[in-house]
Amino acid sequence: MAIKGVKSVETKYMEEREALFKSISQLGRRDFVKAAGISAAVVASKGLMHPHSFQLVDIAKAETANGGSGAGGFTFAYISDTHLYKKTLNDRFIRSILRAVDDVNALNPQPDFVFFGGDLAQLGAKEELDLGAQILKGVKAPVKMMVGEHDWFLDMGQHWQQLFGAPSYSFDHKGVHFVVLMSVNEKDFWTQRGFTPEQRMQTVAGLDNGTQSRFEVGDAGRQWLKNDLDKVDANTPVVVFSHSPLYKYYRDWNFWTEDADQVQAILSKFATCTVIHGHTHQMLSNRIGNINFHGMLSTAWPWPYAPTGLPKLTVQMNRSDPFDNLDGCGDGRFNVLRGGTVDQIYSLWDRNPVTVRASYLASNGTSDAPAATKLVSY
Amino acid sequence: MRISRKISLAAAAAAILTAGGVAVAQNRTTNPVHDVPAASANGNLVVGLCDGKTTAEVPGVKPGQTLTPKQAQDVSDRLMNDWKAKNPGANWDDAPKVAQNAPPPPARPAPPEGPVASNGGKQEAHTYGSYTKRDEEIWKASTDAFIEQGRQIFHDAGRLGGTIGVSCDMCHPNAANTHPETYPKYQVQLGRVAMLRDMINWCIENPVRGKPLADDDPKLKAMEAYILAQRKGVALEYGKH
Repeated sequence: MAIKGVKSVETKYMEEREALFKSISQLGRRDFVKAAGISAAVVASKGLMHPHSFQLVDIAKAETANGGSGAGGFTFAYISDTHLYKKTLNDRFIRSILRAVDDVNALNPQPDFVFFGGDLAQLGAKEELDLGAQILKGVKAPVKMMVGEHDWFLDMGQHWQQLFGAPSYSFDHKGVHFVVLMSVNEKDFWTQRGFTPEQRMQTVAGLDNGTQSRFEVGDAGRQWLKNDLDKVDANTPVVVFSHSPLYKYYRDWNFWTEDADQVQAILSKFATCTVIHGHTHQMLSNRIGNINFHGMLSTAWPWPYAPTGLPKLTVQMNRSDPFDNLDGCGDGRFNVLRGGTVDQIYSLWDRNPVTVRASYLASNGTSDAPAATKLVSY
Repeated sequence: MRISRKISLAAAAAAILTAGGVAVAQNRTTNPVHDVPAASANGNLVVGLCDGKTTAEVPGVKPGQTLTPKQAQDVSDRLMNDWKAKNPGANWDDAPKVAQNAPPPPARPAPPEGPVASNGGKQEAHTYGSYTKRDEEIWKASTDAFIEQGRQIFHDAGRLGGTIGVSCDMCHPNAANTHPETYPKYQVQLGRVAMLRDMINWCIENPVRGKPLADDDPKLKAMEAYILAQRKGVALEYGKH
């Protein structure tokens, strides 16, 4: 029986949740801080956040030591793999992306831009993508978008492209050539099976099913990349964004790009080349030939390390606490050094940030190693 | 009733053979019960061995009375000796071995020569062990079907009773990072010793936002089966952190 004037924990939670949704729907930049504040309060009231939660916001100034003038000398931030459901279904992932937006907005000085690493939506639905687009309007710095498979396979990218444009594009910034490469194409596995678009999306959304095809840039994508890079001098630093890692890590979970070797061959002409990818939801580093690879964190959940294929330069992130649904998640930023090499700072929530330096990868792990993990995965 | 059940089983077996496939054994809903007389002709308590056939009388003890430890040990020894006499050369481990902690066993000496069996050298026993390759296939298919049920639930937010679209596989593809081999262990966050099922239920209640399952819920059992099956060959290491 309800006691007059006393609200249950559940009622209070639902009321706060409603207030959160209401504030999201009215979200403009000015209101953003308010929405993030409500979100944090709800999280804290649920006991989901450590009381000593903090976010380091001081930016190590992009180093100028190695190169002097020329390309680089700036910072950009990232948010990735937010996996939003429609807001009435799941508010936890909404709170997480709001926290990430809060993080990047609190950076001082502000990054030159914020890169979004793909998988904005969980099941590619219009309302999921619209919700994400609306929340990302709260980011103060310019936002650059990349598509992930969760955004794509319901309507084969139709709505995402209406919102954000072409899935592959390039731009130049302070002497560095940036390429955003659509790498999550899959060969048709659905027509023969008579899948509906929803079934196709649901299949791709699962990691551990053998039904779907492997990710690929594809012939057309590689041709586009070749054409784009033909115009770029081999001494220009290049940064390539792809949702899937542009190498072969673990095939069964599509931590994998089928034509990665051919893409790497196209990139091999550049003296300084960095590939930054989403999808794997973990601290992940690799170097193949001249190319440094960095994985990005997810705001929604961490993936375990795959049973085989982990690049030897990867310093694993500490095992995440299953009792803390923000642990192992986060966002981060990249310092583009003078000369165009790139350091990544993993901003793991409620943990100390971890820096994976270009010099660590270039030295094949002999110098500047990040702190080792205390608990490796099982 | 019993006869018709046998016939239907035979028909099912014939169908399996015709189809060339492997059927899934029917799951019993009740456990088999051994038929042991409550009392001997002398009115003494009768105790049955787990084979369901060997029995022994306990002199001076009436049904309803409790055995002394000595009487209990005595009747157990008599039953076991009876069974060994009926099954000469049967491979019986005298004490349970905890395989992962025990040093490798010394090579077993060759068994003494016994009477030559009529069926080509294999001991003819009524005990566990008289089964064919086809039996094994059916059992494997049954086990795999159970594991498959668990896999489906593990991947289905709806069947987990989740309310926010989150399913187990979203953080644990192929049940990775569930490490069933480390239970029981002191789960620091719970402040007590936990079994795998406690953690499954914790996940159902929290990240999945559903209602915890009863300990004997078939869905919970099926998920345990799926998770354990993914770790085949990994050494048990209870208590590991």
